[in-house]
Amino acid sequence: MQNHDKKFQVKVGLAEMLKGGVIMDVTTADQAKIAEDAGAAAVMALERVPADIRVQGGVARMAALEKIQEIQETVQIPVMAKCRIGHIAEARMLQALEVDFVDESEVLTPADDENHVNKHLFDVPFVCGCRNLGEALRRIGEGAAMIRTKGEAGSGDIVEGVRHMRAVQRGIRTLGILDQHELMAYAKEIQAPYEWVCWVAEHGRLPVPNFAAGGIATPADAALVMELGAESVFVGSGIFKANDPDRRAKAIVQAVTHWQDPAKLLEISKGLGEAMSGLDSGKLTTEEMLSRRGW
Amino acid sequence: MVGKHPIGVLALQGAFEAHREVFRRLGVSSVLVRTAKELDAIDALVLPGGESSAMLRLMEPQELFVRIGKRIDAGLPVLATCAGVILLAEKVTPHQKSLGALAVDVERNAYGRQVFSSVEALRFSPQYQGDTAGEAVFIRAPRVTRVGEGVETLAWRSDDPVLLRSPGILAATFHPELGKGTLIHELFLRGIGRQHR
Repeated sequence: MQNHDKKFQVKVGLAEMLKGGVIMDVTTADQAKIAEDAGAAAVMALERVPADIRVQGGVARMAALEKIQEIQETVQIPVMAKCRIGHIAEARMLQALEVDFVDESEVLTPADDENHVNKHLFDVPFVCGCRNLGEALRRIGEGAAMIRTKGEAGSGDIVEGVRHMRAVQRGIRTLGILDQHELMAYAKEIQAPYEWVCWVAEHGRLPVPNFAAGGIATPADAALVMELGAESVFVGSGIFKANDPDRRAKAIVQAVTHWQDPAKLLEISKGLGEAMSGLDSGKLTTEEMLSRRGW
Repeated sequence: MVGKHPIGVLALQGAFEAHREVFRRLGVSSVLVRTAKELDAIDALVLPGGESSAMLRLMEPQELFVRIGKRIDAGLPVLATCAGVILLAEKVTPHQKSLGALAVDVERNAYGRQVFSSVEALRFSPQYQGDTAGEAVFIRAPRVTRVGEGVETLAWRSDDPVLLRSPGILAATFHPELGKGTLIHELFLRGIGRQHR
């Protein structure tokens, strides 16, 4: 096996280990501890949760390094952190800090409005957002070891997440029915690397784990995206913007494991208090939609 | 114990599907275990890789921790990988609840964070030389810091024991389910008298 393949295998390996687990946004070491104790499979260290980024505005950047370090020292589970789209230097710094996964994220203000980071050049694995199969395969072509559908971060509204997961799954199913001679034209149409288009056509799935993110606020939301084909979920503002974060975190963790069992979902979903209030993502302007960022 | 009951893969969190895929390649059926009822219906158990703290939390509502412990005490054979070994150990550093079914102590994430995860060559004990699995995938792996009585080491990474066996239990601190090979799963199936392809 080539060294390059081994490196990719090890990156995707961690993504495999996170399947069926919940990755929670945290802004402090205390929140990270709550997340770990609630059963999170990993935490995402960031300066402000997406709901606050929306309200406060301004440029959203990589989190303060001291804060990420404090979180790393507090928990045993993997610690992820976000860099801006195309911000090679932030990505390198996060790698030097030994975060376990870098999320090149549309939730932060993009640093490059044409290019994403070439993730093959890094030892740390990357996760990237997508809205459809073409975008997913472009990111995988750049070396992403995990894909997450974007949804609309910080909205508490699941509709965009559903739209994106359905689009990815529909793309995969479409490839399954195409003739071999039609694959190049399809690759051209969805603007995806031909080799990965062929791979998906042959295997009927993405070559890396596919999680869902953006707008997940309740155990039922988590169960819905699992039903649609997510292999796990990222929960951002949905936990620490709810009125009982600890119980809600535990409930969403249980929901991701038992999504096929409605009786369990009922039990899990009782007595959680209020979910985050949320925004109707249909009323957001194109400029306000974080999911439109990324190319 | 040629089973009419299937092999169960604990499916609370982690790389459980990858284990099923290896069994599938060997022509052996397996089922996912998420509930106490599903646990009662199996004759062998796989504890997969993932995050051990998340799995422990997910065991709580149905007291799966106690139930799994009881079944292992009663002789349920177990294949444990990575986080699974942490669940089976006697002592875990930093401290975490564990089943104590395998007489080893482990330190979590002992090789460092993800940038130190790697594919490594293994050194096998002489009786398994012919079986060399070659390379093994280590992801934020635990290190076995003590091997107790009744536990045999079958393979090492440098001087660290990474593949261990005690009666009924086969434990790997690496991820045989992520490689192309099927050697470790075959070893497990042979140990419990199951036929495979």
